[in-house]
Amino acid sequence: MIPKSNSPTAQAPLLQVSDLRCAFKSSKRKGFFGPHHLIHAVNGVSFEVNAGEAFGLVGESGCGKSTTAKLILNMAHASGGSVLYRGQELVGLSHQAWKPLRRRLQYVFQDPLGALDPRMTVLDQVIEPLTIHQLHDRNQQRQLATQLLHSVGLQDHQLRKYPHELSGGQRQRVVLARALILEPELLICDEPISALDVSIQAQIINLLQELRRAMGLTLLFISHDLSVVRHLCERVAVMYLGQIVEMGPAKQLFNEPRHPYTQALISAIPKADPGQRSERIPLMGEPPSPAAPPAGCRFNPRCALATERCRNEVPTLVQSGDNHAVACFEAKIPVTEVA
Amino acid sequence: MTPLYALQKITRALLTVLLIVSTVFIVLRLSGDPAIYVLGLDADPQALDAFRTRWGLDQPIFVQYLQFLSNCLQGDFGYSYFEERDAMEAVLERLPQTLLLMGVTGLFTVLIGIPAGVYAALHHNSWIDRMTMLVSVAGFSLPNFVLGIFLILLFSVTWQLLPTGGSGTWQHLVMPVLTMTVAEAAVFARFTRSAMLEVLHQPYMRTARAKGLRWHQAVRRHALPNAAIPLVTVVGFFVGTLIAGGVVTESVFAWPGLGRLLVTSVANRDLAVVQIIVMLIACSMVLTNLIVDLLYGWLDPRVGSLRTGN
Amino acid sequence: MTTHTEIAAPRRAKWQLKLPLLIWFSIAWLALMLLIAVTGDLWQPYEYQAIDLHARLQPPVWLEGGSWSHIFGTDHLGRDVLSRLVTSIQVSLLVALVGTLIGAVMGTLIGLIAAHFRGWVDDLVMIAIDYQAAIPFMILALAVVAFFSNSLLLFILLMGIYGWERYARITRGLALSSIQHGYAVAVRTLGASPWRIYGRHILPNIANALIVNMTLNFPQTIMLETSLSFLGLGIQPPMTSLGNMVGFGRDYLLTAWWLASLPALVIFFTTLAFALLGDWVRDRLDPTSR
Ligand SMILES: Nc1ncnc2c1ncn2[C@@H]1O[C@H](COP(=O)(O)OP(=O)(O)OP(=O)(O)O)[C@@H](O)[C@H]1O
Ligand SMILES: [Mg+2]
Repeated sequence: MIPKSNSPTAQAPLLQVSDLRCAFKSSKRKGFFGPHHLIHAVNGVSFEVNAGEAFGLVGESGCGKSTTAKLILNMAHASGGSVLYRGQELVGLSHQAWKPLRRRLQYVFQDPLGALDPRMTVLDQVIEPLTIHQLHDRNQQRQLATQLLHSVGLQDHQLRKYPHELSGGQRQRVVLARALILEPELLICDEPISALDVSIQAQIINLLQELRRAMGLTLLFISHDLSVVRHLCERVAVMYLGQIVEMGPAKQLFNEPRHPYTQALISAIPKADPGQRSERIPLMGEPPSPAAPPAGCRFNPRCALATERCRNEVPTLVQSGDNHAVACFEAKIPVTEVA
Repeated sequence: MTPLYALQKITRALLTVLLIVSTVFIVLRLSGDPAIYVLGLDADPQALDAFRTRWGLDQPIFVQYLQFLSNCLQGDFGYSYFEERDAMEAVLERLPQTLLLMGVTGLFTVLIGIPAGVYAALHHNSWIDRMTMLVSVAGFSLPNFVLGIFLILLFSVTWQLLPTGGSGTWQHLVMPVLTMTVAEAAVFARFTRSAMLEVLHQPYMRTARAKGLRWHQAVRRHALPNAAIPLVTVVGFFVGTLIAGGVVTESVFAWPGLGRLLVTSVANRDLAVVQIIVMLIACSMVLTNLIVDLLYGWLDPRVGSLRTGN
Repeated sequence: MTTHTEIAAPRRAKWQLKLPLLIWFSIAWLALMLLIAVTGDLWQPYEYQAIDLHARLQPPVWLEGGSWSHIFGTDHLGRDVLSRLVTSIQVSLLVALVGTLIGAVMGTLIGLIAAHFRGWVDDLVMIAIDYQAAIPFMILALAVVAFFSNSLLLFILLMGIYGWERYARITRGLALSSIQHGYAVAVRTLGASPWRIYGRHILPNIANALIVNMTLNFPQTIMLETSLSFLGLGIQPPMTSLGNMVGFGRDYLLTAWWLASLPALVIFFTTLAFALLGDWVRDRLDPTSR
């Protein structure tokens, strides 16, 4: 797919996240007047999203996926690292400087009802981004919004309704339309379907794929549902407790997961063909709290392969020749593929 | 209740008291030159200077502030030029009368408000419930002075049963207490009713019934104690309305308490007295809220252990 | 919010059977007060300050010795009680209205500021709110009047400050929760300015709660104003307010009971009507609160 890019270096990634960090103050203090505990929700995350591709970010609940997305969009305060968008640094940019960028980076929320203003009609909410960016006159705005709402599958009589009068799937379509009306280049979808019924999830995923094709969108797709990511994304990163533990082309990562955590996650995906059933690798225990991460590899307390080294040393993300990276001392990297 | 929780609450209360005293100092200085205020605008400049030196008003403001604080600690709050004696003395003399009025009112408020609220809740949506709520709305919509005037017209003017004002016998106490109790009990009944309703809808009430407890047993053993907990939190609010209501009521019935003294002192701009009464009220509010906090922490273990996490 | 309306409907239904009659009375009474306040002159047979020493302490028309020339009688200076009542209603309602508006605007603004900046600004606002809520406002008002001496402007300002903390607390709480998750964040990612977010999205969504609080605050402001005026520390003569009239009438309870009781009745009916109507409005707008 050819991105509608006008940047001088077409090969450079659209979005380049490096060593991104975010620490929240916990409400707990150390002692009576001591400093607050810090929760390192995102702890040195690096990845790239190329123009035109769909990049998946997966991981258990609470591992920092949403926080990563919020850091990229400047909705949370990064305590370190950088986010380059077409070579432009986004971390620490002012509200004024962000405004033109908002047209190009859009965000789709987990909970479509919460993301919509309960006191505005659907049509008005889709028009609002155009008003904010002072695009087109009133009539044109209405026309554009109506068109877009039609193309995401809403009917005329639904345009004047309020969010609570729509179904969950319809609401998510509205949220999509609102994000797309600015014709963004990069769409960040934060678990856009997790609040929906399974039957409707498929509809929204198909819609996303169609829109992607039609508009040449780049997608950063966040989910804890691996089968959806496998279906939709070309490349995938797996997060665990604020860090990326494995990253690579989707097909390869799903077929030959290298990190024990990824292996456990993938083995838990229900298989379509029952004959093909493989042994399910159980995950031991709960993920530890990000306020008190374990020493060494963050996964070691739950890992069957953990050694002494894993308990003391922190593994880094090591990339092999096939663009498949893993952060594990014990990972079996096929010999032929090591660069 | 953890000691840490108690310590934190007590520290907070002390800080608030300091804040109050400081505010009074700032307001006192903002309100004009005390020398001119006491001696008059056309006073002899030399006399003014002498006055300022005498009261330390020529010192830097910070020194004055420290002086003010140390005076407060020693209970020296200045001289009432209107009463022509130590201001603290004038205030302390009135205190028992106010405490008597508030105490009796508080007693009746609880004795009337709680049964009325509980009864209304137990007969939710019956005509008795609705009447109680209607009377309660009427009760707290009735300003103290309006009710007081009507009571005087009725009991003193028409029936000539009770004295219109003053203090000394129990007859003097009837109308002021009645006036304040109506408004207080009205609100108290309302609070009790909604606290009770809340509790009656809890799952453990159904469990208690399922265990075979009779309805009135379940109410007595489970509903009443649990409904009492939220009531504790509004005690601070009640002391506040009692004090404010007392100011008006004492004035209506010429009751020789702090409230009436406050009103006459404000009218005469007797700042030394006003200052003491305001600080006294503020401190007793802080103390009340502290006691409520500690009591609440003791009654409800979830609160008592310094809230952690989210 | 809106979605809860259907769920809560059955519980309200029982109240509806009883209330409408009282609600009608309340609305009628408040409409009458409003009419009197707006068209004051039409109801005033005399200048409210006009003294007529030949007609002092005349009883109302329905009592022995009363006459149609002074329907509600006259006071100790021979001033027409009806005329004074009309002006008093105007003054009391106006002061309460201006006071309520000032408090609503101030409190809402402070609440929004706390929610927007958070951190130490928020801490400061919260301390101020707790501090304000801990001290009975009447005492504070009396102290301010004592220290700075009374003037109409100061008094109206005081009435405005009264109750600010409740608006601030409501606004802060609701704004905080909508800033953090939901539509406000969504609109921010669209590039909206804070002005737009607060003005077009957050305020309209918390308006209900603020209106409910205003219906509570308005009668309370009337009660505070009339109480202070009754004590002689509010509205000062030659101006008059309902509390003022009761205060001066108190000295004539034995000889001319109507002087104090007529304005007292007006105060009672007005605050009662507001309380009943407020309860009703609250049930309508905010079915989750009881
Ligand atoms: N505002 C905040 N203050 C304090 N801690 C926070 C805050 N936001 C997130 N966290 C913590 O940061 C961690 C990561 O949260 P995040 O929302 O990014 O998780 P997630 O991967 O998106 O999970 P989910 O799949 O449930 O959405 C969690 O432990 C969470 O408790
Ligand atoms: Mg999330």
